[in-house]
Amino acid sequence: MTLSACTSSPTSPTATGTGASGQADAAAPATFQAQHKGGDLKLLAKSAGGTLDPQVNYTLQYWQLYQTLYDGLLAFKKVNGQQSFTVVPDLAQALPEVSNGGKTYTFTLRKGIKFSNGQDVTVTDVAASFKRIFTVSSPTAGSFYNGIVGAAACLKAPITCDLSKGVVVDKGSGTVVINLVAPDPELKYKLSVPHASILPAGSPPKDAGNKPIPTTGPYMIASYDPNTALTLVRNPSFTQWSHDAQPQAYSDTVTESFGLTVEAAVTAVENGQADWVFDPPPADRLDEIGTRYASQAHVNTLTAMWYLPMNHNLAPFDNLKARQAVNWAVDRNAVVKLYGGAKLAQPVCTFLPPGFPGHVDDCQYTADSGKTWAAPDLAKAKQLVQESGTAGMAVGIVTQDDEVNKSIGEYLQSLFTQLGWKATLKPISANIQFTYIQNTKNQVQISLSQWYQDYPAASDFLNVLTSCASFTPGSDSSINISGYCDKAHDAKMQETLVTARNDEPAANVQWAAVDKQTMSDAVVAPLFTPKLIDFVSKRVGNYQFSKQFYMQVSQIWTK
Amino acid sequence: MTATADRKSSEGSQPVPAPVPPVTVVTSYGPWRTALGQLRRNRAAMASLVVFGVILLVCLLAPFYASTIAHTDPFASNVAGTTVIAGQTVPVLAPSTTGLGLGVTPIGPTWDPTHYFLGADGQGRDVMARLLYGGRNSLLIGFFAALLCCVLAGITGVLAGYFGGIVDGVLSRLLDVVWAFPVYLLAISLSVVLLTSGVRIGPIFIGAGSLWLPVLIIGIVYIPYVARPIRGQVLALKEKEFVAAAIGVGSSDLRIMRRDVVPNVAPTVVVFLPLMTALSMLTESALSFLSVGVQPPQASWGTIINDGLNLLYTRPAVTLAPGIAIALTAVALNLFGDGIREALDPRARLRGGP
Repeated sequence: MTLSACTSSPTSPTATGTGASGQADAAAPATFQAQHKGGDLKLLAKSAGGTLDPQVNYTLQYWQLYQTLYDGLLAFKKVNGQQSFTVVPDLAQALPEVSNGGKTYTFTLRKGIKFSNGQDVTVTDVAASFKRIFTVSSPTAGSFYNGIVGAAACLKAPITCDLSKGVVVDKGSGTVVINLVAPDPELKYKLSVPHASILPAGSPPKDAGNKPIPTTGPYMIASYDPNTALTLVRNPSFTQWSHDAQPQAYSDTVTESFGLTVEAAVTAVENGQADWVFDPPPADRLDEIGTRYASQAHVNTLTAMWYLPMNHNLAPFDNLKARQAVNWAVDRNAVVKLYGGAKLAQPVCTFLPPGFPGHVDDCQYTADSGKTWAAPDLAKAKQLVQESGTAGMAVGIVTQDDEVNKSIGEYLQSLFTQLGWKATLKPISANIQFTYIQNTKNQVQISLSQWYQDYPAASDFLNVLTSCASFTPGSDSSINISGYCDKAHDAKMQETLVTARNDEPAANVQWAAVDKQTMSDAVVAPLFTPKLIDFVSKRVGNYQFSKQFYMQVSQIWTK
Repeated sequence: MTATADRKSSEGSQPVPAPVPPVTVVTSYGPWRTALGQLRRNRAAMASLVVFGVILLVCLLAPFYASTIAHTDPFASNVAGTTVIAGQTVPVLAPSTTGLGLGVTPIGPTWDPTHYFLGADGQGRDVMARLLYGGRNSLLIGFFAALLCCVLAGITGVLAGYFGGIVDGVLSRLLDVVWAFPVYLLAISLSVVLLTSGVRIGPIFIGAGSLWLPVLIIGIVYIPYVARPIRGQVLALKEKEFVAAAIGVGSSDLRIMRRDVVPNVAPTVVVFLPLMTALSMLTESALSFLSVGVQPPQASWGTIINDGLNLLYTRPAVTLAPGIAIALTAVALNLFGDGIREALDPRARLRGGP
């Protein structure tokens, strides 16, 4: 189903975006529609998303809101659908001039833009913001921005960080030059995420916590209490400079309230007491939402994967046949059912999600030998377990303890018992599970995990999740959860990254080959690509969905 | 037996004495038999015993029901399975086919005991079969936790009360420490710690997923609640003449405890047993509901309620069935426990009671 754009009535289903079919990308209104300006947008979330600091926070919950608050030199285009992966100039006047063999990026800062505290945005702020990425130990400082000249020393000694050679600014001409130690074709994406937001030079050199930092976007933060609510009000200094990068906002205030259960939040939206719920609706409300409130539900395909990382350094998954057995055995359709049904997820067989750069349909573990996953082959899986000599071994499955993750864990426990392993399930709090499964000290054999893209590049999946550089034994920050480290595999990925500097289509072909090899080694067992339901109130209009940062809060109108 | 004079032997020679009224000799029963008789006359207690007996019997038949009647494995996921209802093959977890087609709903109660009598849970498992297996586990944990608690509390209470002095001081302070914690908080804390690694007590190792782990935890956290009254009772018994006499004739402490003290506190422990069984079962359900009791794929009434929580809007039977079972069992055990208390301790009867 496609929900068409409507620019007239705020009380009818007015959303623009991908409907239940997840296919259509209706166009957003090209210009601001003044008649819809005003009103209060009421959002709900089960709990707060942590620190307000855009260079520290790494949650979807606040990254979504940061789109209306902060700007970088570049930004992902704030439009519907596939176009939202396009990078456009934001605080920079234009896309950068790339020189020196891809190692130097030159920007010119726009003039006349102010922070919400009234100060002008200057190149000094730009230089200070890049330095601050390291002084506050941003979660992606070592993975996204480590290629900037001087970054290596900053990572070792954040307090004495000196990026004067890596980020060179000229106050007179307003230019910002970023020097890299090696070409990085993905820098444009890395400069478009909230961790590269431009903040006032006087921002605290540590995590700002609950204290708001002045903004450049259409909103600023009026108040924040993690126990009650986050309130955004209009930024008096904001004037739209680029509709693509930072469009003007419709609602006068945006309040995200915390504390209601998701059940209660869904009811509040149904009753018109709130406009949107951040958290996914509970399983027992999906049918109701899809039938009685179908016009208020927006289902969008995500570029993400749910998968099973298997520990390559622990029995039984140090054995290729045991890993392959898992890939053959898991009934992806069953797992999709547990997630909410075929309309909310798509079974997958590859590392890269469908529709993602580098993805090619290919399935090495399906009963019908087709290109996409069709059915499991339990007999083959059992045979592989026997051949691997691992039958009878104890296998611990670690999942998050929420409803969906735990139910998938229970299914896996039942499946692994059928395969001949002594399976146990260990559901642990979502707050710690992600770091727990990364640390090799916890001896996790297999876990259920999710990966949502940071930016639209194959390396954000393959290189991040399977390279030796991402495997740090004994650390909570070892995102290569499988502990897979193969020099030949790494060399292939490096080769592909070099290709990507000049020829992205050719690089994507190479990424597809890397993906195929990754699955031959059964590094992980991919399960499905999820979809996201945005459930909004009746009064919400102009719903738009960016594939990068999801529902565009500033473009919602309630009036 | 009646004692009647032999009339024939005295006929003719002696004046006939006045007839002796028949005398009924009442045998004096022991306190246990007397209590049993009183318990039998307590209708509420006997009715609750019947209810509990039926629940117990049905739960014990769980393997028979699952394998012979319902033909199902209550511990295996059946997410992709199908079943036949009214001659039509339907998926156990049915995807929505209306509106946007969002969500998957397990089939509801068929009221057919041969398959999905109470419907399916989120994993496609037969709720009825799991309810019976869950009942076995809940009752097993409840009973053995209560037994463990009563035995340990009995030993602790008797030792503390009888010896007094430093023994009483140490044991009572230990009980105070356990008592100082809110019981659920202590049980949850112990569960969280022990569920990850299990526990070793000398040569005995209880694994992380073992049912004996909640037995141990629940049995321990309730010890002070039983040990305190027993200690008090022993302190009072120590002042009795028969205990003083036993001490006076030089009986050993062990003999006095065995012959004079324990038989007098035993009724108290017996009274506690059904009440503690009900309490332990409720605690187990609470712990399992919080995912720190019985671990999947094992079932208990608490875990089934937890499983059903996410189906409350669409399949409330998954939650209601174990909830009703818990309530019925707890009421039955409490009424039966009250009956035992009244039978063993007539002074405990409410004024105007039977």
